Amino acid sequence: MKFHLKVWRQKDANAPGTLENYEADNIPADASFLEMLDIVNAGLTGKNIEPIQFDSDCREGICGSCSLTINGVPHGPGRGTTCQVYMRKFKDGDTITIEPFRAEAFPVQRDLVVNRSAFDRVIQAGGYISERCGSAPDANSVPISKVIADEAMDAAACIGCGACAAACPNGSAMLFVSAKVTHLGLLPQGKPENGRRVLGMVRQMDEEGFGNCSNYYACEAVCPASVPAAFIGRMNREFTAASVKEIVGMNV
Amino acid sequence: MTPDAHIPAGPLDEKWTTYKNNAKLVSPANKRKFDIIIVGSGLAGASAASTLAEQGYNVKCFCYQDSPRRAHSIAAQGGINAAKNYQNDGDSAYRLFYDTIKGGDFRAREANVHRLAEVSNHIIDQCVAQGVPFAREYGGLLDNRSFGGAQVSRTFYARGQTGQQLLLGAYAGLSHQIAKGAVKMYPKTEMLDLVLIDGHAKGIVVRDLTTGEISSHAGDAVLLCSGGYGNVFYLSTNARGCNVTATFRAYKRGAFFANPCFTQIHPTCIPVSGDYQSKLTLMSESLRNDGRIWAPKRKEDCGKDPSQIPDDARDYFLERKYPSYGNLAPRDISSRSAKEVCDEGRGVGPGGLGVYLDFSDAIKRLGRKTIEERYGNLFEMYQNITGENAYERPMRIYPAVHYTMGGLWVDYNLMSNIPGLHVLGEANFSDHGANRLGASALMQGLADGYFVIPYTLGNYMTSQFGKKVDPKHPAFAKTIEETKARVQKLLDIKGNRTVDSFHRELGLIMWDYCGMARSEEGLNLAIDKIQKLRTEFWKNLKILGTPDGINMELERAGRVADFLEFGELMCRDALMRNESCGGHFRTEYQTPEGEALRNDDEYAFVAAWEYQGENQLPTLNKEPLVYEKVKLATRSYK
Amino acid sequence: MITSPSSSARSGPNPILLWMFSSIGKKTIVAATGILLVFFVFGHLLGNLTVFLGPDVLNAYAQKLHDLGPALWAIRVGLLGILVGHIYFTMLLWKENQRANPKKYIAADPIKTTVFSRTMRLSGLVVLAFVIFHLAHFTVRVVDPSYLVMRTQLNGHEVHNVYAMVVKGFSNAPVVAIYVIGLFLLTFHLSHGISSLFQTLGITNRRIRSNYELAGRAIAWLLFLGYVSIPISVLFFGLGKGFAQ
Repeated sequence: MKFHLKVWRQKDANAPGTLENYEADNIPADASFLEMLDIVNAGLTGKNIEPIQFDSDCREGICGSCSLTINGVPHGPGRGTTCQVYMRKFKDGDTITIEPFRAEAFPVQRDLVVNRSAFDRVIQAGGYISERCGSAPDANSVPISKVIADEAMDAAACIGCGACAAACPNGSAMLFVSAKVTHLGLLPQGKPENGRRVLGMVRQMDEEGFGNCSNYYACEAVCPASVPAAFIGRMNREFTAASVKEIVGMNV
Repeated sequence: MTPDAHIPAGPLDEKWTTYKNNAKLVSPANKRKFDIIIVGSGLAGASAASTLAEQGYNVKCFCYQDSPRRAHSIAAQGGINAAKNYQNDGDSAYRLFYDTIKGGDFRAREANVHRLAEVSNHIIDQCVAQGVPFAREYGGLLDNRSFGGAQVSRTFYARGQTGQQLLLGAYAGLSHQIAKGAVKMYPKTEMLDLVLIDGHAKGIVVRDLTTGEISSHAGDAVLLCSGGYGNVFYLSTNARGCNVTATFRAYKRGAFFANPCFTQIHPTCIPVSGDYQSKLTLMSESLRNDGRIWAPKRKEDCGKDPSQIPDDARDYFLERKYPSYGNLAPRDISSRSAKEVCDEGRGVGPGGLGVYLDFSDAIKRLGRKTIEERYGNLFEMYQNITGENAYERPMRIYPAVHYTMGGLWVDYNLMSNIPGLHVLGEANFSDHGANRLGASALMQGLADGYFVIPYTLGNYMTSQFGKKVDPKHPAFAKTIEETKARVQKLLDIKGNRTVDSFHRELGLIMWDYCGMARSEEGLNLAIDKIQKLRTEFWKNLKILGTPDGINMELERAGRVADFLEFGELMCRDALMRNESCGGHFRTEYQTPEGEALRNDDEYAFVAAWEYQGENQLPTLNKEPLVYEKVKLATRSYK
Repeated sequence: MITSPSSSARSGPNPILLWMFSSIGKKTIVAATGILLVFFVFGHLLGNLTVFLGPDVLNAYAQKLHDLGPALWAIRVGLLGILVGHIYFTMLLWKENQRANPKKYIAADPIKTTVFSRTMRLSGLVVLAFVIFHLAHFTVRVVDPSYLVMRTQLNGHEVHNVYAMVVKGFSNAPVVAIYVIGLFLLTFHLSHGISSLFQTLGITNRRIRSNYELAGRAIAWLLFLGYVSIPISVLFFGLGKGFAQ
């Protein structure tokens, strides 16, 4: 197959970037999108053009390293990460525009590489259960209904890739934050810290410069882990409840 | 020289308890004074970092990924073993120990494996307390599934994403400690060398992958949790970035590399489809619980649509050869059987490199809904990659490199022969022998980080009071200079071939001669080819750009340079080991039925290789494997 | 490098302000004021529909409202406050959202966003302009000064002839066009707004969320039909013919 690529090239974090045109020739239909870029990069090296820099690691859709927006859609067509996009999804001769994930809280570092450490800091602000290794009771001592465990798992499936914020017209990270708030908030082990957690994480999210939620649901549409936007509603509720507690002077 | 494993005296099942009761302790006030360097943030690294920080140590943790949450432990699908016996099916720590030793074909250290089985239960408790959403039954209790190499159900799982959930649990603990200031995290930072002072590991040299800056970090102990070296095969189920550099650099500084030829080929991966491929995708072994593996009996049927092949023309070869374990035979045996079938010309799919994994019986028995619930995401993944619907047409699978049992040699304290250098998780060699059972890697990574190193580190630390190294010690500046020169050397070659082309070529050599079947002749040939390829690499590599800033080709070049040396070491190890055991199958040593023929009289030892300098042959140190409890037996899964 | 955040910087600021100016707090205020405005729009429609019951009923209803006196003013000021709050916090959110995503994709794709959600600000501003026109038209009555002197007899009292005003106002095609457009944009606004309320206030879960979207749109269109029925009936179906003075 053959494609015309328009790829965002940017020397470093401070340089202005621009779209460059490249041709991708002789691409097997069974190649993944990243393998297509590998082939293009080998060709560029041959022509003494520095290869396109992009993050990828596991290449099986779980690590969340990819940060490519393909034709305006983070991770590209279909549900899943970029490494799980196969070239057979495109038409021969298509023009494909590749840009980095865009959000103010995800500064571009080079080409298609962005800095998503804001997500780590949001987790550090409360996305954990305070427990000490060695002090845990027997795993079966607290039964958790299958329904609750399953829903917690749906939320815990978030891979932290940032596509939600990159797809959001407001650059909002609500889906990411709500996934963690929901995952830990549903489980009996996480409940003691629910209020602290949601207040801490939402405030850190605001501090990182993510935008606000306008209920567009673009996040949900691109989420490779199918995290539902209803979790955002759940987080709103928890945040309001925790805020009311705080306002009336109760311990949160 | 015989490395001393420092195995505690006493009966096997009391060793760990005795050890803990007598281990040296570091008081909280003194822990604060120690800086611990941890390389890697996977299950072993993240769990060690968070636990040691909880205890009061100052931890610095490094990973090459942009976030500790992306370490490749995240990709483990199937589950984690523990001897909880929640199923009341006769499980016990002893049985888990025995299954692991037997699964490893009696090439693992008894005491370490027993300890692993003992602490396995605590891991599950710890993970549940962290909020890991393991699968549960309607009554709210934990669910289990069975896995290869075991006749009990002892595997805990979180859908097909167990590794992800366990890693996110450890990452949450790590994040908590980062927030408290107890851990300082350095993502996108790759360890390029180990700094020794007076023979002790006292620091590392790293490259910041964003700025390109090369700097050193001093510490009182160094923990390598940098994973395995499966990427020496280029195509594997490992992540693109997985590499041997951290452990290989330590090897070149004097750490022994143990059993490098013990690599695991996983039986259930999606077959290779072309030479552009950068990665092989694993389908969780849990699929073998309900799927039946078969190939056509006759070569002529291979091209046929599988639904057109009647049952009596199908060879369910694992069920036929290993009736008691059937489709749940251990990984090495299942992989080799698939290879044999394909070598006989009965393989299916492109290049005849594949066998069927068929769910039609399970769908008939349990209904499509149950199968969807159990494996839905795997079926989706399969369809996405191959374009085929596995509910209607059997999956095609083929073995792929998955895990490396070899690694840096460690003693019972998880310390290598270099004082202060500890090695955890897949990066060490200790627990899996010549073959790892499914759902044991997650167990070992977390056992090392949560429940072993917190007890054993004290033994070294108590010897280090008042021996704080000066970060201005000339050894740091010297190692930095050496590292910089090495990076520059890669850029200065200015040849014509890309890093990937070398890596791919190395991978083919390794797969052909040091893969599922090895022979003296092939290994000698491979060593020769690798040496030639290495020479060409240093003459003809082409890296554009500068060392400052993001340059991923440069990162890869450094890793491939190490693989090119390491591959040779693997072949030498495989050549030395004149027996077949576990994942190491030497064609010269097999039973008349084609099973692995172990040689316990001569090869019941750990091969610990010692570096002797550039272009020098490494020397072999042997740690004899003494079995106090287990009787060596021919491994049989029939 | 990941740096640790100041985890417990909670002691200082007033918790009310902390909530009010947090992202979710601002959204909650917009949603809560939105609900009140939707209630008002509903009530207003019910009142308006009395036009179909004849001049006396409508005029009596109008007079009752008028007789509330200070209470009416309290309601008016309250409504104005709610409207200002709704707009003020929306603008704050908008400004922050602009800042949070300044670089748009060159190859833009709307993904799953709806035309309603994308045009909330625009539709809101048009509705605001329409509300101002509507107030000028029927409340302050500066659009057509003749409205000021429309009087009629009701149960022996002289009252303002709202009915005649309505009929006259809607006999004018351009005015009807303005009303239909204004109401159409209000419908747009509510098509996203109503379901959005439930999401923002957290009265939702995965299973009922899609129902909200359908119900929200249905309610928005019902309101549209209700409101538009009046000018259309006057202009095209001769409602109140002969009452216009």
